[in-house]
Amino acid sequence: MSISYIPGNGSLADPSDRVGVMHHHVLSVLVENRAGVLARIAQLFSRRGYNIFSLAVAPTDDSRFSRITIVVDVASAPLEQITKQLHKLINVIKISELDPLESVECELLVATVNADISSRGHVMELVALFDGKIIDVGSDKLTVLVTGEPDKLDDFSELLSSFGIVELQRTGRVALAKLERQSNKLKNTTGRAG
Amino acid sequence: MKLTGAQALIKSLEMQGVDVMFGLPGGAILPVYDPIIDSPIRHILVRHEQGAGHMAEGYAHATGRPGVAMVTSGPAATNIVTPLADAYMDSVPIVVITGQVATGSIGTDAFQEADITGITMSVTKHNWLVTDANDIPNVVSEAFHVATTGRPGPVLIDFPKDVANAEMDWYWPTSVDMPGYKPNSRGHSKMIAAAVKMMYEATRPIFYVGGGVLKARGSEALAELVELTGIPVVTTLMARGAFPDEHPLCLGMPGMHGNYTAVTSMQQADLLIALGSRFDDRVTGKLDGFAPHAKVIHVDIDPAELGKLRRPDVPIVGDCRSVIEDIIRAIKADPDAYQQRADISDWIKTIKEWQAKHPLKYDQPALSGVLKPQFVIEKLRDANPSDTIVVSGVGQHQMWASQYWKFNHPYTWINSGGLGTMGFAVPAAIGAKVGKPDRVVWAIDGDGCFQMTAQELVTASMERIPIKVALLNNSYLGMVRQWQEMFYGERYSEVYLSPDLPDYVKWAEAMGCASFRVENAEEVGPAIEKANEINDRPVVVEFRTDSSEKVFPMVPAGVSNDNIILGPESLGGK
Ligand SMILES: Cc1ncc(C[n+]2csc(CCOP(=O)(O)OP(=O)(O)O)c2C)c(N)n1
Ligand SMILES: [Mg+2]
Repeated sequence: MSISYIPGNGSLADPSDRVGVMHHHVLSVLVENRAGVLARIAQLFSRRGYNIFSLAVAPTDDSRFSRITIVVDVASAPLEQITKQLHKLINVIKISELDPLESVECELLVATVNADISSRGHVMELVALFDGKIIDVGSDKLTVLVTGEPDKLDDFSELLSSFGIVELQRTGRVALAKLERQSNKLKNTTGRAG
Repeated sequence: MKLTGAQALIKSLEMQGVDVMFGLPGGAILPVYDPIIDSPIRHILVRHEQGAGHMAEGYAHATGRPGVAMVTSGPAATNIVTPLADAYMDSVPIVVITGQVATGSIGTDAFQEADITGITMSVTKHNWLVTDANDIPNVVSEAFHVATTGRPGPVLIDFPKDVANAEMDWYWPTSVDMPGYKPNSRGHSKMIAAAVKMMYEATRPIFYVGGGVLKARGSEALAELVELTGIPVVTTLMARGAFPDEHPLCLGMPGMHGNYTAVTSMQQADLLIALGSRFDDRVTGKLDGFAPHAKVIHVDIDPAELGKLRRPDVPIVGDCRSVIEDIIRAIKADPDAYQQRADISDWIKTIKEWQAKHPLKYDQPALSGVLKPQFVIEKLRDANPSDTIVVSGVGQHQMWASQYWKFNHPYTWINSGGLGTMGFAVPAAIGAKVGKPDRVVWAIDGDGCFQMTAQELVTASMERIPIKVALLNNSYLGMVRQWQEMFYGERYSEVYLSPDLPDYVKWAEAMGCASFRVENAEEVGPAIEKANEINDRPVVVEFRTDSSEKVFPMVPAGVSNDNIILGPESLGGK
């Protein structure tokens, strides 16, 4: 039997209260795959005083374009002004704002954690609970990998920290809009119950 | 046809219709200077690269065509950063070409290497580093396209030396392929209809006209719309001349040094129709105290300007001219609604009363007494044709020029508004005169500004570009002195320049100009007459003006426009 972890389940009534939802917004930016594009975007953010919370860049299936997923701190400026300024960059083709409630987000976490004989079993149990993997094994340490929604990773790293984290690295999130489904529509018409 | 990269670059400029460029050669750009000898493009050799950039700007302001400057790498490229920043702030279309070290040396701290595409990212609309000679025609056509369409602005092409020397097969693209650049010029019809409705309902409307109207070449359309609606107009520092000052509905310049009526009518308005203006802090004063009762219709080609500082009730993304024309069309299509529009005659009456009560004013004492700068500008204005192009520096003289000149034609006022670049006037005037050789071009400059770029008068003399310079010598960095007098308890810190060091007349003469000095009001008229008779070389007339004269009205920085200071008498006994 395998028990999977469901983020935030039961602990918070309203999903919009979840960490990161209120002040962060996800922009999925399609750009021309050219030298210097990332510099232009990063420079625009710093020059206009906007905050980047996390950033992930990768080529798309069409080699002429890359997709940049930017999580912005919208407390620093209205999202509208940020997207309008981004649009002015010549190499930016398309910007989609992904509402965290209407998108699927994913992030990857790798961590090296203390795991001697006495705690190793507990660490492995926790990793299994989060559908993670052990990717490296040392005499008294393990390196583990977990993927999933950002707040699942928040919870995982919090739990992991009790064993003593040696090093931890997260990728920053990537996201796509949720697919249109009958159940989405039902949800909208009945109001979102949490 | 095989061409070198350098030849392809010059040929591409020719294909773009470039007739003149401003520049100065050096190592990395050397290969490109060779084909210039065989090109019909006129090259004007400047004395400092900043001069080349401002000349390109002056040319663009005066003609509406993009100005072109070409300089070498490293220090030359960094010298032209200020004009790029200036052009970016004031939306001036210029194309700057910089030499660059060979591609193989980029990133090695090679001799005269500067990362100019990195440095200028935030002060250009876009920039390109050319890495393949085959890209040259495409890059040049993209660069001119980006500079001149949408919201105009400066672009930069960085051109490595090995690319200039490489061979390519010549072609000329018939179109540009820029998937991420599609400026929108037509306003949304629903928004246009909403704007017309709002204009009809307003009882205290004002047209708040900015530089965008000039960029869109929309002055004629604006004049028609004003005639049709009877709504009064303020023209910002960047829009002086977009609507004629002599028109009874023109209220002149608003803002920090705007006249009482222009400032107050915006404060009291119930509707601001912002056309190509951007709610700059020098216009709004304290933003949350600005035009507190007004609804806002905001027309701009740059969507990012809408809602950037003030949320519009009716946002319209589009080219000002096309939107104004659409508004006129919508008005004419519904005569009944036009007949039923709100009566604004009380508003006009109030405005006329303000104008009568609070005109701009200054005191010129006896003709032999100390010379007031405003008097000089009025004399200049009256002694020159109304289509004279006036170019100014930055400081008190700039504000007086904008206040006291009567601008009755578009593109007759050229200045550095957004960046406020001292040293702009002389080179920009040269560029304007090159673009409009048949027009009288007067630079109105300050003694501080003049010293920053005066060397370009050597360029003007050599190239026989007969501009005229009215140097308002008040011996001070006057604008800064004014702030120290008013806000720092008359503690003058590092603002004194001396009236006669340098000796401006000798200096101008050494640079090949005719030059004379005027010390009192009596001599002003004859000196201007004499200057206007000289057309074979540049002229510099030095006017020794009152050091203590201040620019009024004034709304101190960060204060609401309601608290306008009308003149020295309202300063109180501080
Ligand atoms: C390059 C640059 N440096 C400094 C300033 C700040 N500044 C604004 S106006 C001014 C004084 C200009 O002096 P002057 O040219 O004599 O004009 P005046 O105000 O006396 O008419 C200064 C220093 C500026 N605008 N630009
Ligand atoms: Mg001065």
